Amino acid sequence: MSRAKVARSVCSAVCVFVLGSSAVLAQQPVPPLPSTPEQIREELARLRQEFDALRESYGSRLTALESRLTQMEGRPAAEPVAAPAPPTQAPTGAAQPTAPGEVGVPPGAAGAGGPQGALPVYGSTSALSKIFNPDIAVIGNFTGAAGRNTINPGPALDMSEAEGSFQAIVDPYARADFFLAFSPEGVEIEEGFITFPTLPGGLLAKVGKLKQQVGKANTLHAHALPWVDQPLVLGNLLGGEEGLADSGISVSKLILNPVMFLEATGEVYRGSSGVFESHSRGDLSYVGRLRGYRDVSESSNLDVGASIAWGKNDVGPSFDTRIVAVDASFRYRPLRRAIYRRFLGRTELFWSRREQEEATPSAFGMYASGDYQFARRWFAGARYDWSERANDASLVDKGPSLLLTYWPSEFSQVRSQYRRIRYAEGTTSNELLFQFLFSIGAHGAHVF
Amino acid sequence: MKKNIAGLMLLVALSFAHVASAAVKVITTTEDLAAIVKEIGGDRVSVEALARGYQDPHFVEAKPSFILKLHSADLLVLVGRELEVAWLPPLITQSRNTKIQPAGMGYLDASLTARILDIPTGQITRAMGDVHPQGNPHYWLEPGNGRRVAQAVQQKLTALSAADAAYFSQRYADFDRRLTEAEKRWRAMIAPYKGLKIVTYHRSWPNFADAFGLDVIGYVEPKPGIPPSPAHTLALIEQMKRQNIKIILVEPYFDLKTPNAIARDTGAQVLVMPPSVGGVKEVTNYFQLFDYDLNLLVSAIKQSGA
Repeated sequence: MSRAKVARSVCSAVCVFVLGSSAVLAQQPVPPLPSTPEQIREELARLRQEFDALRESYGSRLTALESRLTQMEGRPAAEPVAAPAPPTQAPTGAAQPTAPGEVGVPPGAAGAGGPQGALPVYGSTSALSKIFNPDIAVIGNFTGAAGRNTINPGPALDMSEAEGSFQAIVDPYARADFFLAFSPEGVEIEEGFITFPTLPGGLLAKVGKLKQQVGKANTLHAHALPWVDQPLVLGNLLGGEEGLADSGISVSKLILNPVMFLEATGEVYRGSSGVFESHSRGDLSYVGRLRGYRDVSESSNLDVGASIAWGKNDVGPSFDTRIVAVDASFRYRPLRRAIYRRFLGRTELFWSRREQEEATPSAFGMYASGDYQFARRWFAGARYDWSERANDASLVDKGPSLLLTYWPSEFSQVRSQYRRIRYAEGTTSNELLFQFLFSIGAHGAHVF
Repeated sequence: MKKNIAGLMLLVALSFAHVASAAVKVITTTEDLAAIVKEIGGDRVSVEALARGYQDPHFVEAKPSFILKLHSADLLVLVGRELEVAWLPPLITQSRNTKIQPAGMGYLDASLTARILDIPTGQITRAMGDVHPQGNPHYWLEPGNGRRVAQAVQQKLTALSAADAAYFSQRYADFDRRLTEAEKRWRAMIAPYKGLKIVTYHRSWPNFADAFGLDVIGYVEPKPGIPPSPAHTLALIEQMKRQNIKIILVEPYFDLKTPNAIARDTGAQVLVMPPSVGGVKEVTNYFQLFDYDLNLLVSAIKQSGA
C-alpha cells in the first residue's frame, strides 16, 4: 500500500480508538459485583435509593405534566399534588383565599382575566383567536400653553397626540411593535417595525419605520420625554416636530469587551425625514452610532454615545447635510429607595453642516437637562437650550426651562414647565406649558 | 502526512473536550431564585442574580450591563406572574441570545409549577391599584414552593446538562431532606402564635402567612402601588387598635415614616422584614431567609406580649 493510504488508515483507526475511549470515559464507572453479604446489603441499599430518586423524579414530572394538561383543558388548575416520596406538605382546600380588603368572589366565577371561562365569539368559529391579540395600549398626551410667544406659539389647549401601541411576538424569530400617533392632523405611523433579536453574529436588526439613532432625545416618543416640549436643537438642526424618523433598516452589534457595554449601530433610511430630503430612489440617508455604557456604582451609571447622520437635503439632489451628535447621560437611582429617589442628567451636542447653493453653513446646538425625583410622586427638573439655526449659524435661539411633574401613579403624569426663550429675531417668549399624560393598557417597557 | 497529523490532533482535542461538561451559566432575576439554583446546581453551575435582595423587584432599571450578563447566559430563571414585566422583556430582546428567548431551551418561568395565591376573580381594572392579574408573585416565601421551584430547576438543568443528571438529582434529594427538617423546626417555632393578626406594608406575604398560620388583616398601602394616604392610615390605626395588632412588617425598600407613625399611635412594632435572600446581610441562602424572618417575628411577638 502507498504511504498515504497507510497513514490514512492509521489515522482513522486512532480516531475510532480515541472517540471510543472518550465515550467510555464519559460513562459512569461500573463497580465490581458484590460478593460478601455486607457488600450485597450495601449494593441493595444503594439500588433502592437510586430507584426511589428515579421514581420521585418521574412522579413529579408526571404531576407537572398533568397539571399543565388540566390548565390547558381550561379546568381550574388543581394544586400540584405532592409526589409519592416523602415531602410533608398536604394539599390544602381548593378555594383560593381572598385577599383581605377585597370583595370575595366565589371561586370558579367566570370572567377573570385570562383564557378561563367562555370568551365572546364575534363571527369567528374559534373564540381562542383572541389569544393572539397583541398587547394594546393607548397613551394620551394633552398639552397646553399660556403666556407670550410670537415666533412659535402652540395652542392654548391641545389633545396633541394619542399614541396607540400594538406589540406582539410574530413567530419564534421575531417580534413586531407598532406605535400609531393619532393627532389633530391625522394618523401616522410614529414607529412600526419588526425586530429580529436572534440573528447570528450577535446582531439585532429592526426593519420598518424607525426613529433614527441620532442622539438620545430623537429616539424617544413624545410621551417619554421628561419635558412638555422638545429641546430647541431638535427642531432647529434635526428638523420639524417629528425629528428624524423614517422607513429603513437598522442593524446593531454588541462589541464584547471587558470594560463596558459597547454597541455599534448602522442604519440606512429612505432619505426623506426632518432635514433630509430624497430626490431620487438612490438618495438614501445613513446613520452610524456607537454607544458605551458603564455602571459607576450599583446605584449610578454613565451612558455615552456618538452618532453621525448624512443624506441629501431639500436644496437639491447634489446638496448634502451631515449631522454629528454626541450625548452623555448620568443616572442615579439608589437601590433601596428606588421608588423615592432618582436623578437623570443628560446633555446632547449637535453639529450640523448643510450644503447650500451659496455657502455651507455649519451650525451648533445643544441642550443640558436634569430631572430629580425628590419624593415618591414628585419630580423637579431644569433644562438649558442653546441652538443656532441650520441655514444660518449667526441666528441663535436659547433659554432656560424649569419643570415640575406630579405622578399620581406610573400610568398618569401632570407636568408644568416654565420656559423662556430668547429667539434670534430678538424677541423673548415667556410661557407656562402644561401637560397631562395618561395611559391605558399594557404598554411595554422602553429601551433604557 | 503533516496535514493528517494536525487533523488527528484536532480530533483528539475535540474528543477530550466532550468528556468534561462546562458549568451551566445561569442568570436569575432575583436572589431567591439564585439561591435555589445554587442549591440544586452546586459546582456545576455559575449563577448570578440581576436584582439585589434589598431592592423592590418590580422596579429594577433595565441597565445595559444586564444585557451583557444575559448575552452569555445558558439559562434564565425568572419569577414570572408579571413581577418583572416592567423591565425584563426589553433586556431579553436586546440580549442577542437565542437560548434565553421565551421559546428557547434556556428560559424558565419558575411560577409555572408553584402554588399561586390571590389570583383575582371577577373584573380586574387598574382602579384596584397595581394589581397582578395572574396572582401574587411573591410565592417563593413558602417552603413548599421552594421545593417546587427546586424541582423545576433540577429538571431544566438536567435537560441542559444531561451528563450531570445524577448529580442534580442527588442535590435535589439532599435539598428536599434539609428543607423537610427545617420546615419542622420553623413550624414548631411559629406554632404557638398560629392565627396571629399582623399588618404588612405591601402584599408581599400571602404565601408566608399561609404557610405559617399568620393572618394579614390590613396593609399600609391603601392599594398595591399607591403610597399611604392620611384617610387610609387613620382607618388602619383604628382597625389595629380594635383588633389589638402589634406587628407591622415592612419590606426593606419602603419608607418607614408612615409605619413608624402608625406604630407610635398603636403601640405596635415595626419590623423591617426582608422578603428576599440578600435583603439583609445575614440572609445568604433560602433557609436563612425563613430562619431570619421567623426569628425576627417570634422575638418581636414575645417582646410585645401579644
